[in-house]
Amino acid sequence: MAHRWPTTFTMTFDPNATALSIGAGAAAGLVGCFAVMRRMTLAADAISHIALPGIGLAILLRIHPILGGVAALLVGTLLVWGIENRTRLATETIIGVVFSTALAVGSLITSGDQLIEALFGGVGNLTTLEAMLGLLLSFGVVEFVVWQRHRLVLALVSPEIAHTTGINVRRLNLFFLLAFAMTIALGLRYLGVLLVGSLVIIPAATAKRLARSLRGMLAISVAVSIASTTLGTWLSLGLHRASGSTIVLVAAGFFLLSLLRRSGN
Amino acid sequence: MRSPVEADRPALEVVNLSVGFDRMNVLEGLSFKVAHGSALAIIGPNGAGKSVLAKALIGALPYAGTIRWETNTKLGYVPQKLDIERDLPITGSDFLRAKAAVVRASQVDIANALGLVGLKVESVGKPIGALSGGQFQRLLVAAALIGHPTALLLDEPTAGVDEPGQDTLNETTERLRKERGLTILFISHDLSVVYQHATNVLCLSRGHTCFGAPKSILTPELLAELYGSPVAYHVHHDLRP
Repeated sequence: MAHRWPTTFTMTFDPNATALSIGAGAAAGLVGCFAVMRRMTLAADAISHIALPGIGLAILLRIHPILGGVAALLVGTLLVWGIENRTRLATETIIGVVFSTALAVGSLITSGDQLIEALFGGVGNLTTLEAMLGLLLSFGVVEFVVWQRHRLVLALVSPEIAHTTGINVRRLNLFFLLAFAMTIALGLRYLGVLLVGSLVIIPAATAKRLARSLRGMLAISVAVSIASTTLGTWLSLGLHRASGSTIVLVAAGFFLLSLLRRSGN
Repeated sequence: MRSPVEADRPALEVVNLSVGFDRMNVLEGLSFKVAHGSALAIIGPNGAGKSVLAKALIGALPYAGTIRWETNTKLGYVPQKLDIERDLPITGSDFLRAKAAVVRASQVDIANALGLVGLKVESVGKPIGALSGGQFQRLLVAAALIGHPTALLLDEPTAGVDEPGQDTLNETTERLRKERGLTILFISHDLSVVYQHATNVLCLSRGHTCFGAPKSILTPELLAELYGSPVAYHVHHDLRP
């Protein structure tokens, strides 16, 4: 029987989903900080769309949609990085071209119902294996950002300074893009292709408004991200609404609250 | 125009260096040596390729030719004015800690570097986007000093710094050169500073280069040829040995 995207937007509460929502939230909160500071907000949205043809292909081949999404994200990331290093085009431009192409291919090979499911996601019932793989991926992303944060800061302020300290900036950029893509993959099932980018961007954007230091930004972003995924999932259950949309609205609520703080305070 | 002079025990040797973009060379066939513990000033009009040379010297740009740094050179680099978002929540301390962590330097090194550039601890607690131009430049110099560099490459390090601040930074690099034997390469438009602090001057202009002691390079004729119009500068005769 073919693997299909979960056909319901609601779920029954289970510990696997809760653990994964915390893990994915932490990963998204951390990666999002550097994505926002590197002015990759639009890129975040675009990269998530690269997952679509992979999901479509996985459904056609009767394998797990997330596996297809992850594979497409990996290929797309390497493609963006490769073109960026061989041309002088801006990253945003390359991502724009790759994402539009991916979206076009994805919509051609995915049928109507499946397309809606892939675009908006849903939690469904997670198997223990899925949850464990997701947690492992979350841990990998969190570990990468925490371990490489000093190098990421130097490369953010000045790639040339980073270079003189022995950092391979090109390789660091590739690893960051891969961590970013894996974070997108973590959120695909909850939020779908269209909304997953917001889980990376909104908590970090909220933290950027509130924090006065790197440590502060990372802490606030992770807190907002985890609060959004867990509270959003819980609310979606009670309100019988789509989990993805609810999670994004909770995150947007935090961002709106952050606007109450005056700039410069 | 004269050709580059020989230098004993070179900290840096550049031979036939060419750097270009889109099949057009910005620098072509450039050769010079920088003696260990000396100060080389790189001057020239805008667009002459000074920053391109700096980036090639640190290996951040592809080039043809040879760039040979002395074995075990530890390079501290200060880039030209950076475009930093004002609301970036990275403090000066975050930045210095990042540099120290990557080059495995201690908190004491950070404190020493801050002391050398005359930057207060309270100032580095602020987000880097909130620092004044002068404070930010001092922060960049402080970061370059972390990790015990043997050579410093400074791309207009005093741009945007007030006059007392400029004097502090220039005197600091001069002191480090004399006391610790650091090799200094600095790009500057301030010919008075070049005259006062440089051991040698490398001048770059489209198609022309010259190299020599400040007294022989900073002549009205050579400067007029280099910049395309007469250039005046003030010399503190009492400050040069």
